[in-house]
Amino acid sequence: MTQSVTLQDSHSATDHAPIRRPWRWHIAVFLAPALLVYSALMIIPLAETLRLSLFSSKDQVISFVGLQNFITLFGDPRWSESFWRALWNNTYFFLIHMLVQNPIGIALAALLSLPRLRWRSFYRTAFFMPTMLSFVIVGFVWKLILSPLWGVAPSILAAIGLKSLFGPWLGQEATALTALSLISVWQYIGIPMMLIYAALLSIPDEVIEAAECDGVTGLAQFWKIKLPLVLPAIGLVSILTFVGNFNAFDLIYVSQGALAGPQFSTDILGTFLYRTFFGYQLQLGDPHMGATIATVMFFIILAVVSFYLLVVQRRIRRYQF
Amino acid sequence: MKQAPILRMRRVAVHTVLGAYTLVAILPVLLIIMNSFKDRKSIFAQPLMPPDASSFSLIGYETVMRQGDFLGYFQNSLIVTVGSIFFILLFGAMAAFALTEYRFRGNIFLFLFLALGVMVPIRLGTVGILEMMAKSGLVNTLTALILVYTAQGLPLAVFVLSEFMRTVSDDLKNAGRIDGLSEYVVFFRLVLPVVRPAMATVAIFSMIPIWNDLWFPLILAPSESTKTITLGAQVFIGQFVTNWNAVLAALTLSITPVLILYVLFSRQLIRGITAGAVK
Repeated sequence: MTQSVTLQDSHSATDHAPIRRPWRWHIAVFLAPALLVYSALMIIPLAETLRLSLFSSKDQVISFVGLQNFITLFGDPRWSESFWRALWNNTYFFLIHMLVQNPIGIALAALLSLPRLRWRSFYRTAFFMPTMLSFVIVGFVWKLILSPLWGVAPSILAAIGLKSLFGPWLGQEATALTALSLISVWQYIGIPMMLIYAALLSIPDEVIEAAECDGVTGLAQFWKIKLPLVLPAIGLVSILTFVGNFNAFDLIYVSQGALAGPQFSTDILGTFLYRTFFGYQLQLGDPHMGATIATVMFFIILAVVSFYLLVVQRRIRRYQF
Repeated sequence: MKQAPILRMRRVAVHTVLGAYTLVAILPVLLIIMNSFKDRKSIFAQPLMPPDASSFSLIGYETVMRQGDFLGYFQNSLIVTVGSIFFILLFGAMAAFALTEYRFRGNIFLFLFLALGVMVPIRLGTVGILEMMAKSGLVNTLTALILVYTAQGLPLAVFVLSEFMRTVSDDLKNAGRIDGLSEYVVFFRLVLPVVRPAMATVAIFSMIPIWNDLWFPLILAPSESTKTITLGAQVFIGQFVTNWNAVLAALTLSITPVLILYVLFSRQLIRGITAGAVK
């Protein structure tokens, strides 16, 4: 079959000028499978989710309600309380990531990129290892370690003289979300570390040598020369973290259950969406309110990503070497 | 020469910090693996000690093997991951080739269309996906998972592979065309072998989130015969919360395959991340 089209195809493809040509079938053949799968399973369901959020069903009758679902979600006390709590918790979850993950990631990357460092690849491999594990594993591992029943955490803390600090962190309303954020940081620290490490390595030697000639060394060199040069990488890490955090679900579900206990104190948008969509305990699932929450999440992520691409990324100074 | 002691002190300080963080990263996992080989009494009495002759026990693994179908879960995960990666690479490479090799109307639009998928998580379409799978009778099949993960992985694969397709020499392709090869043969015989390293990087990257995902197995394929190892471990551990031996053994079983793969491929993976970031 391919034989018959060979000749005319090879003619048309060797010429790159955008002149009108007969329909080139092979382009369609190359593109079709990817576009088909992608549209059918990503774009159409996403559009369908947005559409469903404008409808409501009562007693098996589905009716168009416009933006009523959103008004309910933001304003009706039965929904809004959970929604705003989940949104705030999610923001807090993200802030902890930014405040803990980025500084530690930058510090580790800076140390790893020191010249003539021994065991570099061993450290790199070790630091990145938790990132490979699933949230299911990570959630349970930390649940066991922090469990007051097992007593591993207290005895490790005792070894460094901090035993009095220990508490059942995952079980207390005041500390559960912070503890989970830190567990998530522990798991994902490898990604910011690697991206910033790569950015540090790509700084040309001449720049560093020039700095050394001017007497800028050590920490001053880090703050004044290297950090400004890796800002684009830090920006990228931040936006990746944001998208990851605002559709997080697994870790909370595994360690605290769908109810995101204690007392919903660890409820984030992902778990809220899951509970709403599928129902829990006595409450039935509601696909329309579920779609509404997913739509809100979609616009939050879209807004922040666009803001990053259109405003932040353009302002960050990039240096071409 | 005078600087030597200061330099040495600095080096010691650097290694102390790096070593300390290595412990933070590795110790939790090490603790789980270590304790899974101990009997119940010594898990609680001396959690930080490695198993020795008197405390060694495989009771946890026996429970896991009796109660959970971990081999089945493992097989499901393998089918889903390998199947998805195969389609991501094949379809992704074909699309990347079409988008970079030929100029045609809609080219830029298609890139933007795919870019949406890089930025927006597929999870947000779950409501629509489940509805569609229910209509087409694909709920509780591995096919549903493979389809979803293929769609999830395609956008990034197209972007990364396009970057590499651009570097394939035109002379090579044109030589093939002059020899009378069709565009399909040019792609499969000449271009694909050249971009194989890039495809390996894409494969490793796409693999991790697929193997580790809990959301879609939980929603699309929660039945006993289609559980993946991530979901299987989650359900199993949930049922055996109080049986510490079984929980630790189940965790170790789900960590091990990932760890082995990681140790084997960590070099390539890390090179992939660092090379991508330099661009």
